[in-house]
Amino acid sequence: MAPRAIFPNKLLPYLLLAPQLAITAIFFYWPASQALYQSLLREDPFGLSTQYVGLANFRHVLNDPNYLHSFQVTIVFSVATAVLAMVPALFLAVMADKVVRGRGIYRTLLIWPYAVAPAIAGMLWLFLFNPSIGSIAVMLRSLGIYWDPLLNGPQAMILVVAAASWKQISYNFLFFVAGLQAIPKSLVEAAAIDGAGEMKRFWTIIFPLLAPTTFFLLVINTVYAFFDTFGIIHAVTGGGPGKATETLVYKVYNDGFVNLILGESAAQSVILMVIVIALTAVQFRYVERRVHYG
Amino acid sequence: MKTSGISIGLAAALTLMSSTSSFAVTEISWWHAMTGANNEVVNTLSKEFNESQSDYQVVPVFKGTYPETLNAGIAAFRAKQSPDIIQVFDVGTGVMMAAEGAIKPVAEILSEGGATFDKSQYLPGIVAYYSKPDGTMLSFPYNSSSPILYYNKDIFEKAGLDVDNPPKTWPEVWEAARKIKTSGAAPCGYTSTWLTWIHLENFAAWNNLPYGTKENGLAGLDVELEINAPLFVKHFQEIADLTKDGVFRYGGRTSEAKQIFLAGECGILTESSGGLGDIVKSGMNYGIGQLPYEPEAEGAPQNTIPGGASLWVFGGKSDEKYKGIAAFFKFLSSPEIQARLHQVSGYLPVTLKAYEETKASGFYEKNPGRETPITQMMGKAPTENSRGVRLVNLPQVRDIENEELEKMLDGQQTAQQALDNVVARGNAAIKQAIGQ
Repeated sequence: MAPRAIFPNKLLPYLLLAPQLAITAIFFYWPASQALYQSLLREDPFGLSTQYVGLANFRHVLNDPNYLHSFQVTIVFSVATAVLAMVPALFLAVMADKVVRGRGIYRTLLIWPYAVAPAIAGMLWLFLFNPSIGSIAVMLRSLGIYWDPLLNGPQAMILVVAAASWKQISYNFLFFVAGLQAIPKSLVEAAAIDGAGEMKRFWTIIFPLLAPTTFFLLVINTVYAFFDTFGIIHAVTGGGPGKATETLVYKVYNDGFVNLILGESAAQSVILMVIVIALTAVQFRYVERRVHYG
Repeated sequence: MKTSGISIGLAAALTLMSSTSSFAVTEISWWHAMTGANNEVVNTLSKEFNESQSDYQVVPVFKGTYPETLNAGIAAFRAKQSPDIIQVFDVGTGVMMAAEGAIKPVAEILSEGGATFDKSQYLPGIVAYYSKPDGTMLSFPYNSSSPILYYNKDIFEKAGLDVDNPPKTWPEVWEAARKIKTSGAAPCGYTSTWLTWIHLENFAAWNNLPYGTKENGLAGLDVELEINAPLFVKHFQEIADLTKDGVFRYGGRTSEAKQIFLAGECGILTESSGGLGDIVKSGMNYGIGQLPYEPEAEGAPQNTIPGGASLWVFGGKSDEKYKGIAAFFKFLSSPEIQARLHQVSGYLPVTLKAYEETKASGFYEKNPGRETPITQMMGKAPTENSRGVRLVNLPQVRDIENEELEKMLDGQQTAQQALDNVVARGNAAIKQAIGQ
């Protein structure tokens, strides 16, 4: 049991919590309730005429083949991004853990990309892979690969996945490094003395002991891919070509702010809210119990 | 994204500062979406107007891209914080027109403000586009453009094409483009910005084909699209075939293709006349031609329809403000300002007088091709098919068109399938938007 803080004054704890509560109320509860309210209405863009339509928006959204398509796109995108962001991060963390000299520099350099804003990260990748001016695109073409993410859906998907996961590798790296440090050195050393090779030690000791971190990161990365990659997609593909990279979040934006169908856009964000609540619940139920902070 | 955020912040700060420093002056806020050289024009015009009198002050605020500006305006209106003037792109015209309770017609503002509003002074094609079916002008045409053909003279010469005679019809364009590719003069023959605006909306008007029922939406809201007619299918199948051979290259949904042309990768480009500034700046040896037409279409070429943007005024403001706005619009339509705007930016002059003055000054003789966008639009009296396209959700319909065309260019479907899908999905979206 963690030690419990005792407040003699009855008011003080509420006062201390007030700023956080206010932020939660203003930036979460209020917009969320607005979204719930909007999702039951049909309204013109200017809000001049409003009509209560019950759950019609939800019915329409869930019966829309484009929405289901967007669901598939999101799943492909999220799984690909999570895997691509975690595997290299784990590899780099294990390698960096072995470095003795200049540890700090390596770590700082590897954490750096996390500070890049999503839209900027998107632009960087866009430049590299631009079919007419990008340096990597030129290399691909000289290899005989016809590179045109403007028209080729899978290539566009590869591009956004690369940009989204590149940014997230640093974050994952940080957690894996911390996770590695929490593994008692004596365990690894004992295995080494028993003659276990490096790969054996990794798979039988380090990887299982890292599992709580890995699972935590899996949830975090999925949430990231679901919700925080709007900037990258907006800057790189705009959801295209066709609808090849239109994720659920991008569709909320597109239907709400480009197509001005506010009710349906709100209904979509309510669905997303349900998804994120479910993901968070999973995380708390299965992860929080096993991860030890500090 | 980031830079526009900063500039919005800066502009907002400037607005706050200027509003505290001026008490007696009536302030008029103007939200716009102009970047680069065109942004400077907005600032210069506001400054000149502010210095020309002492009662009103126009404060321009940059709000991002065209769609971002429109969304900002809508959000502000919903929050009861709307600006006085907002620049809305052509595609947003239907959105604004459907919001009659939110806006105040410009014709009303001008006549109430003491400025006699004489419609005959304005270019008819442009005014008609921004007017209600009964003829009331709703918004002020600030920057109007029309799609034209640009070609790279150096590439034409290398390919052995006639440098002084650009292709006039689509078959001629395809032939020239193939020659550019096969002769190795450039890696690609032809590219185009805005497929939706140039190859659907203007293709329809220029070839006198209906885009949709109800006079393309000018005579009623419940429009059914007709862009899967045989000539559209033929045109897009040709583009799809050229794409497969690498003769046509797709640049993106908006004006990205201009960069491909500027990089010298394609020899021919169709683009807005408003894109001229960048092409002049690049120092390319370029030529201008009329927008190509489809020779099989009866009566082609007809006339093109305006693109660009117009200025809308929100309702519910003080009389003082409306007076100021009337004075500002009067200032904007003065021949000197219009002539200058036209000559610097490649946008069309809004008034006949500005056009005539530019003509008399010998500008068109010195700058061949610069009259093309005007003659294209004014050459013939518009028909039911060529007055313009107006849908309450044109931005959404354009999205649908882009999606289906991209799948077609990628070889996933034929032109017939793509356009059939556009019509089916577009009609459903229109029905939903008008609440049926």
